[in-house]
Amino acid sequence: MGRGRHRGPLGAVTASLVAGIASLPLIFLLWQVTGASRSELLALLLRPRVGELLSNTVLLVLVVTSASVVLGAAGAWLTERTDLRGRRAWRVLLVLPIAVPEFVNGYTWVSLSPSVQGLWGASLVSTLSLYPLVYLPCAAMLRARRPEQDEVAHSLGAGSFAVLFRVVVPQLRPALIGGAVIVSLHLLGEYGAFALLRYPTFAVAIFNQYKLGFDAAGAAGLSLLLVALCLLVLAVQRRATGGTGSVSARPGQARAARPLTLGRAGPACQAALAAVTLLSLGVPLVATGTWLLRGTSTTLPPASTGLVLLNTLMLGGAAALLCTLLAIPVAGFAVRRRTRLGGLVEGVTYINRALPGVVVALALVFFALRTAAQLYQSSALLVLAYSSLFLPLAVVAVKAGMTQLPRAQPEVAEGLGAHRAMVWLRVTLPLLLPSLSGAVALVFLSTVTELTATLLLHPTGVQTLATQFWVYTTGQAYGAAAPYAGLMLVLAIGPTYLLTRQLDRPRRSLPLL
Amino acid sequence: MFERTAFWSLRRRRSRWAAAALVAPLLASCATAASRTDSGSPTAAASITVYSGQHEQTVKQLTDDFTKRTGVRVQLRSGNEAELANQILQEGAASPADVFIAGNPPPLEAIRAKGLLAPVQPSTLAAVPARYNSPAGQWVGLTARSGALIYNTAALTPSQLPTSLAELAEPAWKGRFGFAPTETDFSPIVTAFAKLKGQAAAERFLVGLKTGAKAYEDNEALVAAVNRGEVQTGLVEHYYWYRLHKELGDAGTHSALAYFAPGDPGGLLAVSGAGVLASSAHQQNAQRFLAYLVSLPAQSLIATGDSFEYPLATGAVTQQPLRPFDQLRPPALAPADLGDGKQALLLLQKANLL
Repeated sequence: MGRGRHRGPLGAVTASLVAGIASLPLIFLLWQVTGASRSELLALLLRPRVGELLSNTVLLVLVVTSASVVLGAAGAWLTERTDLRGRRAWRVLLVLPIAVPEFVNGYTWVSLSPSVQGLWGASLVSTLSLYPLVYLPCAAMLRARRPEQDEVAHSLGAGSFAVLFRVVVPQLRPALIGGAVIVSLHLLGEYGAFALLRYPTFAVAIFNQYKLGFDAAGAAGLSLLLVALCLLVLAVQRRATGGTGSVSARPGQARAARPLTLGRAGPACQAALAAVTLLSLGVPLVATGTWLLRGTSTTLPPASTGLVLLNTLMLGGAAALLCTLLAIPVAGFAVRRRTRLGGLVEGVTYINRALPGVVVALALVFFALRTAAQLYQSSALLVLAYSSLFLPLAVVAVKAGMTQLPRAQPEVAEGLGAHRAMVWLRVTLPLLLPSLSGAVALVFLSTVTELTATLLLHPTGVQTLATQFWVYTTGQAYGAAAPYAGLMLVLAIGPTYLLTRQLDRPRRSLPLL
Repeated sequence: MFERTAFWSLRRRRSRWAAAALVAPLLASCATAASRTDSGSPTAAASITVYSGQHEQTVKQLTDDFTKRTGVRVQLRSGNEAELANQILQEGAASPADVFIAGNPPPLEAIRAKGLLAPVQPSTLAAVPARYNSPAGQWVGLTARSGALIYNTAALTPSQLPTSLAELAEPAWKGRFGFAPTETDFSPIVTAFAKLKGQAAAERFLVGLKTGAKAYEDNEALVAAVNRGEVQTGLVEHYYWYRLHKELGDAGTHSALAYFAPGDPGGLLAVSGAGVLASSAHQQNAQRFLAYLVSLPAQSLIATGDSFEYPLATGAVTQQPLRPFDQLRPPALAPADLGDGKQALLLLQKANLL
């Protein structure tokens, strides 16, 4: 459409190339499923248990996604649009829960109260660790919005709440939808987190087919059902985004919104945020502290911990970079071409987020050994695995940044005779920088706690915080595991700070996500 | 405006630092990739790669000791035994693994069935009673665990505990008994149940569990739940209680172990084992490692280690405060009788437990 000016074969080719790499797990599944006979597959898929697990999964997705949307949006509104005290601190505290390992969350909650189980338990615990995925894009978008419309609405006599629900929320739609999709896809593929909460989801069925049946073909059949669910989520997204996909709120330039005065509601809002932080960060922190104090396996972390930390940092950093780099053409293609092909390229990259880590990891085992055996179990392949798993996070982030790019500046630059590549490098890229660094930080945070792909693909001898944490928790040596959980959180503080600093910067009011 | 936002004019120095910080990890990961390929060169010939699904701390002790004795370095890759078996199945003949150690026979049997295991040296097999080894001689038994009940000592006394597993599926135990149907060690118990009491009884048993028992995703969660009192008793292998007790000490332990009546399927012995990959380019050193694993020094390390498993080699004695191995009364079923677990999988699926 209007942005078609940039439509070059290069963009299409690179986007398709990335989509090709990202679709390896899907190709793997389609290939593996041919190993099962039709009757075997039908018997496996048409079991009552599959129905039970599917309905468990769908319920969880609905509850957690809605709760995350409410919590994330409310948090973003409070920290970005009101005179809430301590906003800077809240911005960091509201993002950090992403970096709490799922096992810590599950184990802690179950130990605290056996009633945190089943659908409600799983919903509570997942919401508390996933809502930042909605909070971040919402906060970014609120930052980027120009306040004029609110002010016009106010001047026309609308109350604060009317403005909130009739002006602000509709404009937040892209951020809300983007965050909701990421949360939903994450829940589809998750299995480890719910183990302790006694809430088996569909991914458990896939895992069990590998674990007890050593049946890759059956597991592939089940996984394809998950792919279908993922497509359903994406179809809903496309519908919800509808024609208003490009944001109606034009990015504002350097004029901050006048914050809403909370007045007497202030203390109540503080208390609400404090409660969320207490539940999402305080509880797991206290629990790991208790492991340290009470566990007899507690020893000082060995000297190699520094190396483990460095490995985690390097692998996560490389993955975050590669992933963001790969996301640029995909996001660009999806934004410029709101066509079926654009949607397909984008959709393919999302599927991996909905697959259990073990499927993506085994797919890379399969392809790496057949095409690039030299790379097998190297850091490079693990970085590629992380990138495949977390590409959607980066695509969503970069895409949101791109939809808000002002058209005028590149056009002026080109009109002045600058080369197109130069314009991209000197005008577009700097404008995208905040959303790119948002993507880098998000992917990094996600890699730090990733376990399944790490265990299968890590270079021999290279340990990460997540693998060491796993070694000790599987041996029930929780005291020895605690320092690694703590280090994961510490490692997360840097990128979280980076993310929120982008929000703090008034100079450039582009969104991260 | 144009100048102000240009990439390089914008706080130039900081951008460079940022660029350096961003590129460094990429370069580093390439470097690691390169060094890895180097390790395939002849200088590193005296090295084997071990995929292990067993307690990492104990296996690490064993591999270190092996290296000290033989000079052969061991590249240890620990993971979930089932994930590792699936990984080997995908890798096929290109697997970098020389040895695979699993906590239960099914993962070993799954890769044996695809012809991916080499025969184990007869002298190694001979060190362990034959009934604990692969029937085809393609993997050797290393350690054993006994099925047992963990019970909360505030909720139950030993006399209130059933002596047979079957009783726990009865209505009297509704909501009081926990188990982990998706754990790899539960399916052999189902197979044993079906072998000893018949297919129909096994189906009834599983249906009873589905309606009355609390299912947990894994044994770690189950022992913790029993210890907290969330559920009164649970079916686990003995070592889970010992590891729990070691971590929490006497003060934090509110549970104890009880054993089933002699020959009951609940008291099934679970055997861990090791095999050499047929595709291994280091057959000799891999076989040496297996021979070491069943040697007395290695088995003594296991007997005194934190994994709390029974060593299987003839002559090795458990020193932990475990019920002596020869006083266990498991059902007379060997790994050979338990097969690859397919039957149990179907039974579990039929009962909607999987």
